Amino acid sequence: MTKRTYPYMPGSVPAAKQALLRELGIDSVEVLLKDIPDDLRFPGKMKLPPPLLEEYELKRHVQAVLAGNANCQEYISFLGAGCYQHYVPAVCDEVNSRAEFLTAYCGETYSDHGKMQAIFEYCSLMAELLDLDVVSYTLYDGGQAAASALRMATRITGGTRVLVPATMHPEVLSQLQDYCRPVAQVVPVQTDADSGRLNLEDLQAKLTPGTAAVFVENPTYLGAIETDVREIATLVHSQQALFVVSADPSSLGLLESPANYGADIVVGDIQPLGMHMQYGGGCGGFIATRDEPEFINQYPTYLYGITTTQREGEYGWARALNYRTSHEGREKANEYFGTESGLWAITAAVYLSLMGPQGLRELGETIVYRSNYARQVFSALPGVEARFTGPIFKEFVLNFDACGRSVASINKALLEYGIFGGKDLSQDFPHLGQSALFCVTEVITQADIQRLACALQEILAGERGNGND
Amino acid sequence: MTNKSFHQARWNEPIILEQGSPGERGIIPPAPEPAVKEQVGALENLLPAEMQRTTPPRLPELSQMQVLRHFLRLSQETLGADLCIDIGLGTCTMKYSPKIHEQFVRSPQMAALHPYQDENTVQGMLKVMYELEQFLKEISGMDRFSLQPAGGTQAIYTNAAIVRAYHHSRGEGEQRDEVITTILSHPGNAGAASTAGFKVLTLMPGDDGLPDIETLKAIVSQRTAALLITNPEDTGIFNPRIKEFVDIVHEVGGLCVYDQANLNGLLGISRAREAGFDLCHYNLHKTFSSPHGCQGPGAGALGATEKLARFLPVPTVEFDGEKHWLNYDSPESIGKVRKFYGVPAVMLRAYAYILSLGAEGLQAVAELSILNNNYLVKKLLEIEGLTLPLAPGKNRLDQARFSWQKLQAETGVGTDDINRRIVDYGLQSYFTSHHPRIIPEPFTPEPPETYSKADIDKYVEILRQVAREAYEDPELVRTAPHRSTITKIDTEPLVEMDKFACTWRAFKKKR
Repeated sequence: MTKRTYPYMPGSVPAAKQALLRELGIDSVEVLLKDIPDDLRFPGKMKLPPPLLEEYELKRHVQAVLAGNANCQEYISFLGAGCYQHYVPAVCDEVNSRAEFLTAYCGETYSDHGKMQAIFEYCSLMAELLDLDVVSYTLYDGGQAAASALRMATRITGGTRVLVPATMHPEVLSQLQDYCRPVAQVVPVQTDADSGRLNLEDLQAKLTPGTAAVFVENPTYLGAIETDVREIATLVHSQQALFVVSADPSSLGLLESPANYGADIVVGDIQPLGMHMQYGGGCGGFIATRDEPEFINQYPTYLYGITTTQREGEYGWARALNYRTSHEGREKANEYFGTESGLWAITAAVYLSLMGPQGLRELGETIVYRSNYARQVFSALPGVEARFTGPIFKEFVLNFDACGRSVASINKALLEYGIFGGKDLSQDFPHLGQSALFCVTEVITQADIQRLACALQEILAGERGNGND
Repeated sequence: MTNKSFHQARWNEPIILEQGSPGERGIIPPAPEPAVKEQVGALENLLPAEMQRTTPPRLPELSQMQVLRHFLRLSQETLGADLCIDIGLGTCTMKYSPKIHEQFVRSPQMAALHPYQDENTVQGMLKVMYELEQFLKEISGMDRFSLQPAGGTQAIYTNAAIVRAYHHSRGEGEQRDEVITTILSHPGNAGAASTAGFKVLTLMPGDDGLPDIETLKAIVSQRTAALLITNPEDTGIFNPRIKEFVDIVHEVGGLCVYDQANLNGLLGISRAREAGFDLCHYNLHKTFSSPHGCQGPGAGALGATEKLARFLPVPTVEFDGEKHWLNYDSPESIGKVRKFYGVPAVMLRAYAYILSLGAEGLQAVAELSILNNNYLVKKLLEIEGLTLPLAPGKNRLDQARFSWQKLQAETGVGTDDINRRIVDYGLQSYFTSHHPRIIPEPFTPEPPETYSKADIDKYVEILRQVAREAYEDPELVRTAPHRSTITKIDTEPLVEMDKFACTWRAFKKKR
């Protein structure tokens, strides 16, 4: 073994290692490896780069690698599509970088009382936002939450088909297809060409007995607000199916909670509630339902119950009804689950507490004003057209067919202006032509919008970035 | 030495929904410019009335300092691994996570990246992901990796989905409907396999503490899709016949999946490749050091041999010698298990961790964790009432599963009582074991390489003290904790549906 002393390993000091060996009455660690037969021993030495032992050296190296990135603080970003640049209050960062929360794991009631209370408060705050009484601990992401909700629906209804919008988030669709494969067929329902909203005739045609659930996103992946939701709920319930809605929690200070227009299971991603984008790593899923045993029994993940203690007026928390989970039920459980995204739950609790009802409403208003403004400004440019015309929340689709340029070439040209243009939709939805999904959150100002408008004008006029596709 | 004067913080902090007063606020979000409002017109025209929220959510209204103070108090009532000797959470590998990594992941060069940015503007992160894959290939011997699973159990699930896709591609999808696992493998193996649609068969351990190979021979068949197995299992006992297990399953056409959540004691010593596995996975947050964040975000890296690489989730990260890029062109891929690319912050920490240690350093991790564990085992076995069942006397690698059965028989104090009492001495509560408890009154510690002999001695001394208390004053242990934030809880609402509440509003309705 090496003679090096590693800062993370006190036992690497030769005398310390010798002391342990002496206690064990052996002269080498090899003795402890005698159960590993020779043919299973790794021959030779792993080919890895020489170690960067000095912290300063490591820092220099990693910073140099990361310098190969351009980030969304340096660029103005109009990218959304499931990962959003919202303002993260400093207090969110302060709390989620606290070592107590950051380095805790699955400790329970007595060692981690504060963590348990924070998780309970996250669930309780989300419950108020969603107007529902049961909220799960966080899942891997909103896609996993949607996939689990659909499998919950198959268990509750016995159905084997789930209907989803044809223009839903393609990555989430891929997750659903994989996850539902053993239990249900995922059937796409057409969306209207003009509004981008679910086509009710097609829904009605496909909504047959044996349908476990109808899933919608609200706002939709392409930014439209589904306005016919009460009608959809009535249709869904008339076939004894469940209505599953994926909602953007940042919209719910302003928009009605899906629970109040007939949703049976509400899911989504809490990334907008105080999480940095982290190249897509800031996601965390939620599932919420009414407080009814037929729903509660189908949750796959941890649920943390509140309880009293031996001291008057004191509360404690612990995992509840664990028979549902694979940690207790193994293969008999509802579904598998594991370490998911707990730190984000606590961060979202901080975010919701800071914002309060007033902040969340104002957030929603700013997003609606600025995204509508941006859609107006951009679609007034020659050759640019807003693809759908109905109400939107923070995203909208622009089509560039009339200007004869591909989204890819426009986005490439925008980089020279320090702008990330909208998400190119031409691969995922060829029927939309050369379209892109633009996102405008509260961090995008009028000046930012004007900057993109000017850049687009120059690019489309051929003044700059007139490159070939 | 046992820190008898310890007391966990106790703030009596009220529920946040009970705090604040109308009009207070913690932050003011950006407002739209007057010209923007003027141009787009009234909100009523932008949003149909029936979609607008009529009753504001009953969120608390608090000023900023009140929010901060509340959550800091809750943080103080939490015993993170940075604050204690957290070697009780066996199978979790609670090693120290270097603080410099937090600077990396919190810098805008990581935190403010959007997953759909132009590839040319994220060459740094793509390089991290690509090079991390190369490192993991070397550590495992596997041919390709996906970093997409967002945790260890999601990686197990992804393995199961790949097994399904592989047999389906050979026209044996219907026939191969059984997965074999072991009772001491993580329950996620059984849970994920059944979620993926498989029937699960479970091997029990024999007298040697290892899964019974004769049973395996008896149950493999043309229906066998895969063996999902951990080695060492949560007992810490390495299965020297693992290759025979693999051969038996391969012989009938099944695949073999190595759950390497317990890899810490094997780094540089033994690999999935030499053992003949087709798939394996690592919990990057464990072996490769990320803070565990109150159960996530973690990350699961999944390794595959060449014949299974085409089923990995999209995208994979490629490098053409000049540029890194995301490859979605994989027609037989199982698709996505997680939006975007997984959890890049955990990948970045793992990358920095491997860079800081190199090959020798990683091997030192394994050797020191084994040394620490064997020292811990020796010292713990001196404690009255604690035994090491399942192949006593056999070597353990990085962890071990003990039993307090003897203590319980002699004093009435069981593992759950002890687990509450150690909290009074400033220890994180320990991991007993997953269900079912095939070892009675279990206790599973794992002392990773980042703990010193003095730490281990102190840990043992606390357990010795608690065992002594069990013999001298069992009531003291049974009624614990006494110096924690709270007292012993009532368990009824946790097991009875009609009393269960997981939100404040549900609790108030049911109270």
